[in-house]
Amino acid sequence: MIKIDIRKALYGSFGEMQLSVDLHIKKGEFLALMGESGSGKTTFLRILAGLESATGEIEVENIHWLQNEKSLPPQERKIGFVFQDYALFENMTVEQNLLYVNHDTTLAMQLLKMTELTALAKQNVQVLSGGQKQRVSLCRAMMRKPELLLMDEPLSALDPVMRAKLQQEIKQLHDTFGTTTIIVSHDPSEVYALADRVLVLEQGRIVKDNLVEEVLRGKTEGLHYETEVLQLSEISDTTIATVLVSGELLEVEVDEAVKIGDRIEVVLNPAYRGSGS
Amino acid sequence: MLESFDLTPFVLSFKLAGMTTLILFVLSLPLAWYLSQTNSKAKPFLEALTALPIVLPPSVLGFYILVALSPNSTVGGFFEDLFDVKLVFSFTGLVVASCFYSLPFMVQPLQGGFESLNKHMLEASYLAGKSKFQTVLNVALPNIKPALMTALIITFAHTVGEFGVVLMVGGSIPGETKVASVAIYEMVEVMEYGKAHIYSALMVGISFIVLLSVYFFNYKQRKKFGVL
Repeated sequence: MIKIDIRKALYGSFGEMQLSVDLHIKKGEFLALMGESGSGKTTFLRILAGLESATGEIEVENIHWLQNEKSLPPQERKIGFVFQDYALFENMTVEQNLLYVNHDTTLAMQLLKMTELTALAKQNVQVLSGGQKQRVSLCRAMMRKPELLLMDEPLSALDPVMRAKLQQEIKQLHDTFGTTTIIVSHDPSEVYALADRVLVLEQGRIVKDNLVEEVLRGKTEGLHYETEVLQLSEISDTTIATVLVSGELLEVEVDEAVKIGDRIEVVLNPAYRGSGS
Repeated sequence: MLESFDLTPFVLSFKLAGMTTLILFVLSLPLAWYLSQTNSKAKPFLEALTALPIVLPPSVLGFYILVALSPNSTVGGFFEDLFDVKLVFSFTGLVVASCFYSLPFMVQPLQGGFESLNKHMLEASYLAGKSKFQTVLNVALPNIKPALMTALIITFAHTVGEFGVVLMVGGSIPGETKVASVAIYEMVEVMEYGKAHIYSALMVGISFIVLLSVYFFNYKQRKKFGVL
């Protein structure tokens, strides 16, 4: 169990505000953190990691990471952190990035195999693609055997196909290691594919905290996704668009004026959930 | 003329430059790291103080160092009484003076290199359980190789080319404080232009090779990482 009750004064896009989060997280839970830019999502993750100061209390499996003025430094918190910009050690190879955290070669090899990076183990990380770099970053975070895995918009810089692939790998890692995880994301389809529970942060406060289906459910009975049209085809005078939702390619009927690359809203029946979950 | 060619001033110059570079690297590393990471109000004050030797005339700097290191001063007296070390008109005094004179040439490239690093990369190292010292050694320094090379080689080259401060603090004692630049000055004074030419040409050649190696290394680094 993770108990969080923290406060911090912030100067966000809405001016001065108070970040105030009171939250309990069950072991192994996968949380998604949503909210507008400047609502305090990244600061919240950084406070949990010990990278920024705050007042209050953070208790993880009966150990106080933060208690009033007393705060454990990042080095002593068992945190895995995946940054949006990868933040890999550029002077090292893929394998060295993992072994720098922990000399457990078996775990490193297992993680590289799960993320299909074994062949790139000896490569310098600077020559990798964005998707490969983020997978290394994910593996590196897992090398710490973290009590809490924090991911700050890890997939936002990647193309849709790579995002879908990484969503599956994140899910697979979570299923294998059962690490309590918090992901910051703006993408409902990503949140839906990965998380059990969604928190919505607004001006530093949690305004929604519920199961993923409840939070993402739109005004109608369906679940709403914004996605890009990848391909168009004509079948018996009907225009069919191929789109990517929750890591799966779907074919949906669209208006004939829709073009490839347009962003459209897809509404799914709540009973539908991708095979990745 | 060549039979009387004495290499001792060159040996002294390189010994002085080598020792100054080594000492300054150890001393400047924590200072440059602190300056690159802090938002303290003391930062501009420290930066201005560190950069002073760039703008001060060597005679001003030499004068104050001479006053500070003389046996009549607190510092000079302390070293002479306790360790029996004379800090003026001695090689040790030259090393101390050179450390002040060349300080900005070591601190500024290192600070610039550290500031250019991705902050998240350093945080990832802390989150991996590594201390600040381990992070500087294993992550920060290897990722600022061009800045590191610039700091080391420019400090070395700058110390080899030192004249005013060296002359004021060390004088011209053969084999002790008479470095190459001072030797050339004396040759010109006594109109031994032939010797002065050889010494000067050597200094030009060595300085060019040193600078070329820095720029060539940095060019190769940028090429390696796809900047060029």
